[in-house]
Amino acid sequence: MQQLESLAEQAIQFMPRSAVALTPEEAEVDRVMTVCNACRYCEGFCAVFPAMTRLLEFGKADIHHLANVCHNCGACLHSCQYAPPHEFALNVPQALAKARAQTYTEYAWPPALGSLYRRAGLTVALSMAGALAFFLVLALQISGTLLHEPLAGNFYAIFPHNMLALMFGVVFLFSVLALAIGVRRFWRDISPAGPAVSREAAAEAARNALTLKYLDGGHGNGCNDEDDRYTLRRRMFHHFTFYGFMLCFAATSVATLYHYLLDYHAPYPIMSLPVQLGIWGGVGLLIGPAGLLWLNLRRHPLHGDPAQRPMDRGFIVLLFLISLSGLALLAWRDTSAMALLLAVHLGFVMALFLTMPYGKFAHGIYRCAALLKSAVDRRKTAKASAA
Amino acid sequence: MIDVLVIGGGNAALCAALMAREAGASVMLLESAPREWRGGNSQHTRNLRCMHDAPQDVLVGAYPEEEFWQDLLKVTGGQTDEHLARLVIRASSSCRDWMRKHGVRFQPSLSGTLHVARTNAFFMGGGKALVNAYYRSAENLGVQIRYNAPVDALELQDGRFVAARIGQERIPARACVVASGGFESNREWLREAWGQNENGEWPADNFRIRGTRFNMGVLLKHLLESGADAIGDPTQSHCVAIDARAPMYDGGICTRVDCLSLGVMVNQNAVRFYDEGEDFWPKRYAIWGRLVAQQPGQIGYCIIDAKPWGLFMPPVFPGEQANTLDELARKLGLDEQAFVRTISEYNAACRVGTFNHETLDDCHTEGLTPAKTHWARPLDTPPYYAFALRPGITFTYLGVKVNDQAAVHFGGEPSPNLFAAGEVMAGNVLGKGYTAGVGMSIGTAFGRIAGTQAALAARTQPETQNAGPLHATA
Repeated sequence: MQQLESLAEQAIQFMPRSAVALTPEEAEVDRVMTVCNACRYCEGFCAVFPAMTRLLEFGKADIHHLANVCHNCGACLHSCQYAPPHEFALNVPQALAKARAQTYTEYAWPPALGSLYRRAGLTVALSMAGALAFFLVLALQISGTLLHEPLAGNFYAIFPHNMLALMFGVVFLFSVLALAIGVRRFWRDISPAGPAVSREAAAEAARNALTLKYLDGGHGNGCNDEDDRYTLRRRMFHHFTFYGFMLCFAATSVATLYHYLLDYHAPYPIMSLPVQLGIWGGVGLLIGPAGLLWLNLRRHPLHGDPAQRPMDRGFIVLLFLISLSGLALLAWRDTSAMALLLAVHLGFVMALFLTMPYGKFAHGIYRCAALLKSAVDRRKTAKASAA
Repeated sequence: MIDVLVIGGGNAALCAALMAREAGASVMLLESAPREWRGGNSQHTRNLRCMHDAPQDVLVGAYPEEEFWQDLLKVTGGQTDEHLARLVIRASSSCRDWMRKHGVRFQPSLSGTLHVARTNAFFMGGGKALVNAYYRSAENLGVQIRYNAPVDALELQDGRFVAARIGQERIPARACVVASGGFESNREWLREAWGQNENGEWPADNFRIRGTRFNMGVLLKHLLESGADAIGDPTQSHCVAIDARAPMYDGGICTRVDCLSLGVMVNQNAVRFYDEGEDFWPKRYAIWGRLVAQQPGQIGYCIIDAKPWGLFMPPVFPGEQANTLDELARKLGLDEQAFVRTISEYNAACRVGTFNHETLDDCHTEGLTPAKTHWARPLDTPPYYAFALRPGITFTYLGVKVNDQAAVHFGGEPSPNLFAAGEVMAGNVLGKGYTAGVGMSIGTAFGRIAGTQAALAARTQPETQNAGPLHATA
């Protein structure tokens, strides 16, 4: 261990490069990447290592860029000749995960709310409890009872449409604004020169994000879960989750267009577009999060940052509950339990909207920005070496 | 009784175990290391030197048999066995589909290694990923795997394998493959092999081991003492000059310092001792360990100025840094005058043409001994950097003599059921020197041969007095 410490010390001495002091977590990424850059065996797995080889030293912004390119697939940990019990004790995915948590915290807007990431599990739980209570009380206030005569699925008899649109609209727009400000600051730090983003680079980044390219292990066999075996399970369940979520989002968007443009109001029949989108999205959003939670509970103990498990699991469970309550609401919308189910569903959705900029949801936004940066840089290097 | 017992847990052992199992034998593999350190030196490897006549997936161009053979002939200075070497070379052209079947994945050559894109197929994730894949495949096929199982002796009857021993435990088998590596982790043996030099130093005391800490050579010593024919010189090894701050064991690839050919190398008397620009670094890195081992104190100092940064793989440890040459000498503890004189003489002798680190360029020295024949540019742009280097042994070449069926020889006669593969017999092909990836070519070729032959021997062996009933597949 003494050698490890002296190595860490030397690594730290080696890097008075940037004027900005590194946090201990960032310094660990610097130490790890300095060893990796002298080895490079993992270069084929993902975009982290090619991005690393473009650098000779690792400043604060580089570290946050690398941290957010990492998908925590685990391949480089299981393949690492320097992983524990080696005295270098490299754990690349863990070092990057810890730095990633700092990205979210540091770039959160408003900054004061960044600390919510440190207790993201609690944040989600409290948001859920608060939002649930709010909608239940609100329903009681409005209708005087949670159980009522069947209303043929007319939600707006409980909560008027404009009231819902206003509440969710305001919270949603705030969350989008907060995320946009955060990721914009992140982008400016990792791309100080503001390189021109070519259409090809943008297309490549989009493709890598939408196909989860970097959960395929570079060889197409997938990523690691509980051991050194590669599987495509995580990629598949993430696809169910993401595309399920997008279908649900599309359902809401279509319904909003129906409402305002066509003056066609809910409840919509089962075979209508918004309900069909919602059903299939909802099914995806049950299968995906359930699978991800199952995999998360089985994950190898050295993968990622254990301190972030409450954040990961809280988010996964919230998505699952949104879907479950949404499908339950659809199933029983013609019964006297509708108000109760509606309040519960709205509570979960509101909890998601509230925590979007301060929880696991943000990983997708920062990941996309980091992938874009990698795609841009890759072209620069290719051009430079061709010249 | 087990059909085939494989002793060792690296690439050659795993290839043998998989081939024997595929041939229908029941197989047990004994790895001396605990699970987390399994794989011997293979966990530190990164590629396989492959013959090919046309571009093949990750391999560009062609690398015909003759060229591979000539490369091997050159690095070994003729200390090789042409028949066995050509066997390895030919096997390297056809083994990769089999490797893929067992989960090994390949990738194009890594950044900074373009010069071997033609000759070497890189393992995706490196050797540890390969080792993981083989162990997974072996488990799935029903190979019994035991960790923490260091075999210390074999029971032999007239060159015939009867049983292996781990302390008091006796493990009989119909046939056996020894793939337990060299003796490089055994500091005592290294010390004895290298002896004392004319300055009264024990050079091996200053060696680092780039590879596993588990290659103690216990079984190798036992085999040689039991009458197995030896091959190779105990002082010969794959020996690289590595950063003096590398850990004692398992430093692996990252402790290499790749800027030597771009600067100069001096010993502790601040004197140059070999042409740093003789050839491309990947063709020369493996001679510098031995060159440093022959210097006083077994230490060398690689000196560069600010110019080459970005042209070589970044080193894992920062170099000593100074703005003047005498300051650098002071920091290194070298004689300032001697050091400045060496560098000044070198600088004055440089004939700089068109510098290009990717070709054998025309920058060279004139009237300097030893000359620097390529990439010679004056050290004149501060800051100056120095890296202290020591010999780093990857694996030793002393081994057991085998034939083309990997059978171990006793008194010139091949054993009917004892085979060897990997570093324990690499000396048959590599008498000295090294060329990148050839260790894995030898281990893979002979591992596969040994596994096949052992399965065959297990089927055809007459019952020995200790043998139990024949296995169902026999």
